Amino acid sequence: MKSTTKFALPIAAAMAALIAAGSAFAAGGDLGQAEKQATNWTAISMFGIFVLFTLWITKWAAAKTKSAADFYTAGGGITGFQNGLAIAGDYMSAASFLGISAAVMASGFDGLIYSIGFLVGWPVVTFLLAERLRNLGKFTFADVAAFRFAQTPVRIFAASGTLVVVAFYLIAQMVGAGQLIKLLFGLDYMYAVIIVGVLMMVYVLFGGMTATTWVQIIKAIMLLGGASFMAFMVMAQFGFSPEALFAKSVEIKTALAAKAGKSPEEAAKIGFSIMGPGGFVKDPISAISFGMALMFGTAGLPHILMRFFTVPNAKEARKSVLWATTWIGYFYILTFIIGFGAIVFVLTNPQYLDAKGGLLGGSNMAAVHLANAVGGNVFLGFISAVAFATILAVVAGLTLSGASAVSHDLYGTVIKGGKSDSAAELKVSRITTVCLGIVAVILGIAFEKQNIAFMVSLAFAIAASANFPVLLMSVLWKGCTTRGAVIGGFLGLISSVALTVVSPAVWEATLGNPKGSAWFPYTSPALFSMTIGFVGIWLFSILDTSKRAAQDKAGFLAQQVRSETGIGASGASGH
Amino acid sequence: MDDDLTKRIASHPKYQELKAKRTSFGWWLTAAMLVVYYGFILLIAFDKELLATRMGSGVTTWGMPIGLVVIVFTILITAVYVRRANNEFDQLSDDITKAVLK
Repeated sequence: MKSTTKFALPIAAAMAALIAAGSAFAAGGDLGQAEKQATNWTAISMFGIFVLFTLWITKWAAAKTKSAADFYTAGGGITGFQNGLAIAGDYMSAASFLGISAAVMASGFDGLIYSIGFLVGWPVVTFLLAERLRNLGKFTFADVAAFRFAQTPVRIFAASGTLVVVAFYLIAQMVGAGQLIKLLFGLDYMYAVIIVGVLMMVYVLFGGMTATTWVQIIKAIMLLGGASFMAFMVMAQFGFSPEALFAKSVEIKTALAAKAGKSPEEAAKIGFSIMGPGGFVKDPISAISFGMALMFGTAGLPHILMRFFTVPNAKEARKSVLWATTWIGYFYILTFIIGFGAIVFVLTNPQYLDAKGGLLGGSNMAAVHLANAVGGNVFLGFISAVAFATILAVVAGLTLSGASAVSHDLYGTVIKGGKSDSAAELKVSRITTVCLGIVAVILGIAFEKQNIAFMVSLAFAIAASANFPVLLMSVLWKGCTTRGAVIGGFLGLISSVALTVVSPAVWEATLGNPKGSAWFPYTSPALFSMTIGFVGIWLFSILDTSKRAAQDKAGFLAQQVRSETGIGASGASGH
Repeated sequence: MDDDLTKRIASHPKYQELKAKRTSFGWWLTAAMLVVYYGFILLIAFDKELLATRMGSGVTTWGMPIGLVVIVFTILITAVYVRRANNEFDQLSDDITKAVLK
């Protein structure tokens, strides 16, 4: 695996950043420049069935998508359970599945530490934001952030925060789709980017949030079902004893190390290293900073926040995060078992290995080869189709949130001063969807050979440093003013991007500067850029003595009453 | 919502109770989550050997159950909040609605 040519999905992104940071966490998590495999017709037909089914759903959803509210939030008619699955679907990307299981296969326990980071943001979302978001907002998180402030500047900030996060996330997904299609279906990169672009446009354009949610739910069920089956088959081989699975894995890792020429003592040490922490947490500042990006970034991702408006009330919003947390936690336990299963059933089988003992198709193929080992060719096709469907669903959710920011925040509020009618907003969202689809395809092609490993971790860092502080302070701190929110938010946004550019993952790995020349030594900027964001909001709020500031503070009581009780909330029933 | 209604709700004792209870509960649980997660990370950062210690005669280390506990804790703490909010907090909220919107 060459460290200069890699692309990334969430996991790959962060891991590559860690590799660049000098971590020993070098194997796995990165699809690299995938080699094209033989055309896999089973996988392609399974994916075809998925597409036909989702198009049929889109047709059904299109008949229900008449107003802007239907388009943005499925009319608020999604239940907590359904929304929980959809959120889990948004979050369980192809890379969490392929990347984490590959990381566990390579480094064992470190893969678990890594996946835990992605889970721990959910309780924070629940405790501090979920129900308040639901009570205050209507379509986008800007509705909440701008609730008592001057609309134009805060909406412009929120739309920028949304579009920047969406852009980085989207590029990573598009390039990921291109690499995966070579790996899983044996088709060309271009096909993937165009297929994803076109299908995503169809879902969002005609079916809006209803279709996007259902595509997400179906994919989440397929992914959870497939992963459960694999984990079950692995555990069944060991009489459902984790100790037996671990023991066999250590034995195999030891044997492999011995074969590679290590002395028996060294080999035993290497074999046992999968049972404890390795190089993942090397430097505490990087670990904490990266943990903060994951934890608070989750609470600032626009496509996730938007999901809280699809449920009818605060109660369902809470239920949806609980379901989402449960499914995601369960999923990470499965990927852990799958990773160990891959050590036992994939690393020992010459059928899946190349001449040098590496995995055929690259290290991220661990789960895919394991699918073949436990379920044969048909199941392999199923898992490949699920992996690709996953990217498609995530891309649709991202596009929808980008389109909403443009049509609801920029067009509806900034340009039309909140006086646009639903039909006009709907039209603007659809035009934006087409534009975003075309831009995504162009970017996907443009970035094919680029090292974009940093992009998803950057998206999380921006969300944590710009969107999250503004949202939290505007909802919970009376003293927050328009000026404070906008300046602090932009400071968080700019500092997170700037610090990422001068970090090893971009400065050295992407821009090709010599090793060690990066000005910012840590894996993630979040610890610093989040602080800049929060301090910026606080400082420019307390220094703000304008007339607007007095108005902002005076509006806090009404905002707080609504956020706590839900009285007056959009779509709330009973009054 | 007009100013008068806002003031009536804000001065309602049950509103004060709801606000105080939810805010402190939310922050306490957030603090608990932060302590557990960053405790786990710092444990790894400063004492790798501890998590790599075998639990018994087998190969299973203390890291495995501890990692699993962090995952389960994350789910359970969310459930604890949702349970209390969906019962107690929503009940308070309903009471307030009934009292002020006749």
